[in-house]
Amino acid sequence: MRTKQDKIFQIIGHIVMAVLSLGAIVPIVLLVMSSVTDNDALIRDGYSFFPREFSFYAYEYIFKTGNTVISAYGVSIVLTITGTLLSLAVTTMLAYAIANRGLPGKGMLTFYVFFTMLFNGGLVPTYMNYTNVFGIKNTFLSLLIPGLVTNGFYILLMKSYFAASIPEEILDAASIDGASQFQTFYRVALPLAKPIVATIGLFAGIAYWNDWQNGYIYLTKRTDLYSIQNLLNRMIQNIQYLSQNSANIRNADVGLAAIPSVSVRMAIAVVGILPIVAIYPFLQGNFIKGITLGGVKG
Amino acid sequence: MGRMRRKNKTNYKKFFPLYLMALPGIVYLFINNYMPLPGLVLAFKNYNARKGIYGSDWIGLKNFKFLFATNDAFIITRNTLCYNLVFIIVNTAAAIAVAIILSELTHKIKKFYQSVILLPYMLSMVIVSYLVFGFLSMENGFVNHSILEPLGLAPVAWYTEKKYWPFILVLVNLWKTIGYNCIIYLAAIISFDRGYYEAAAIDGAGKWKQITQITLPLLRPTIIMMTLLAIGKIFYSDFGLFYQVPQNSGALFPVTNTIDTYVYRGLLELGDITLSAAAGLYQSVVGFVLVLATNLMVRKIDPESALF
Repeated sequence: MRTKQDKIFQIIGHIVMAVLSLGAIVPIVLLVMSSVTDNDALIRDGYSFFPREFSFYAYEYIFKTGNTVISAYGVSIVLTITGTLLSLAVTTMLAYAIANRGLPGKGMLTFYVFFTMLFNGGLVPTYMNYTNVFGIKNTFLSLLIPGLVTNGFYILLMKSYFAASIPEEILDAASIDGASQFQTFYRVALPLAKPIVATIGLFAGIAYWNDWQNGYIYLTKRTDLYSIQNLLNRMIQNIQYLSQNSANIRNADVGLAAIPSVSVRMAIAVVGILPIVAIYPFLQGNFIKGITLGGVKG
Repeated sequence: MGRMRRKNKTNYKKFFPLYLMALPGIVYLFINNYMPLPGLVLAFKNYNARKGIYGSDWIGLKNFKFLFATNDAFIITRNTLCYNLVFIIVNTAAAIAVAIILSELTHKIKKFYQSVILLPYMLSMVIVSYLVFGFLSMENGFVNHSILEPLGLAPVAWYTEKKYWPFILVLVNLWKTIGYNCIIYLAAIISFDRGYYEAAAIDGAGKWKQITQITLPLLRPTIIMMTLLAIGKIFYSDFGLFYQVPQNSGALFPVTNTIDTYVYRGLLELGDITLSAAAGLYQSVVGFVLVLATNLMVRKIDPESALF
């Protein structure tokens, strides 16, 4: 028994959502179209959804001469994989340990994790610590380490999941059948906690792929360690620098030679989004579930 | 006694592997979150790189006096607070509207809508700055070239005109986070008892009435909770949004400088480390108080949702 008002609501709802969906992808479409526009046409007509002259030169250029692009891509891939695995290992093991009700000092350890969510030293002391004490500036570690556990909340989320969904007998089983604690964790608890492990792994993976701040802060000399995000960041900065310093215009030719043309820049950005867009359809369901699980406090 | 001791011993033996498993995480949090904390004293020192943080001379509150004597302290506090307030209002209203629409739509295409509007959330701020640049670039941006020019309007130098940026930043933030923000509200709405709606429909209440009389009142606790948690983070800003999207353009600083961008620039662009440290400590302490205060309120309303 659908009333007329219901029908009107459905129609308006679809219109609103269609407009929002379009709004969400239109900027990405503009980016993709610019990357396949002939560079001269791009400069003449501006960024356009319907380019007058197509050209795949930008992509050819990347694959033929884009050593920096390919190496940055490699850094991003290696970083995302090692970062995600390491982050998951550290998070799950700590969470599993403090999920055990009998563990002496469990309360203290939980607070130790929890306090990191309340109080944060901020950029200056963190930077000083990593550069002066650990000297990770200009090393691959500066991309990997500062973002390893982005939020103590994930540890606590996983801890409650272990505690709530895995029977205590399993957590205690280790001593009984002779399996070591680690074996119980790895063979029994971890498979049972798959949904939460997948969610947190997903968050970590996306955070690593998208991270540009650590490279921007710590990689001051080793530009060869740039991830794809850092490379994109550097390119757009060089352009700003040239356009904001008119005194340099005379040298612009020299500088511009080092900066890829507009369409190539757009193509590199497209290549940077590609993995996200490619795996997105498979992961978004998990992602939505994960946010529902932990998003309130995250 | 002897038995007890032996039991304790086996206990520790039993738990030893667990401590070992916890160790990497404990060490990491120590390095990343605890070790930097003593460095906060830098805010009270006259930093000298040669002497290091702890060897530098104490100067009391001088850095803070200097910081708050500048106009910057006011601007970065105002920007951080005001943008966050507007974000909370705009994002919450939009997220609730989208969640209600998605919950009411019957066609299964709604899953597709939800996935598509979540996509921007997955992109890095560097990519977002490229997307925005595609629209706003002075020379060949879409807005200047394909909208203003055909209309006979003069092109706008977007990256030097600060009056537009409060709107641009609110819009970009909404665009990027709406798909994420609506998920919590949608999950809440889906969990509501359908019985209310059926009863209301029998009583002749239309969609609009059902939304205002049932959905919104039932959403109230969720809205309050989410808002309180957002207020707890009101002293922090999305560095990427305020630094990367306006492309670090100096002409825009009055409307784009937040505490986070100020701290970053002080530390890494201007070499003003002590002022940066003072601003950072100011953020940490006020942020800490706000988290505690909002959590006390959350706990009063719904202990389950409180952080502690």
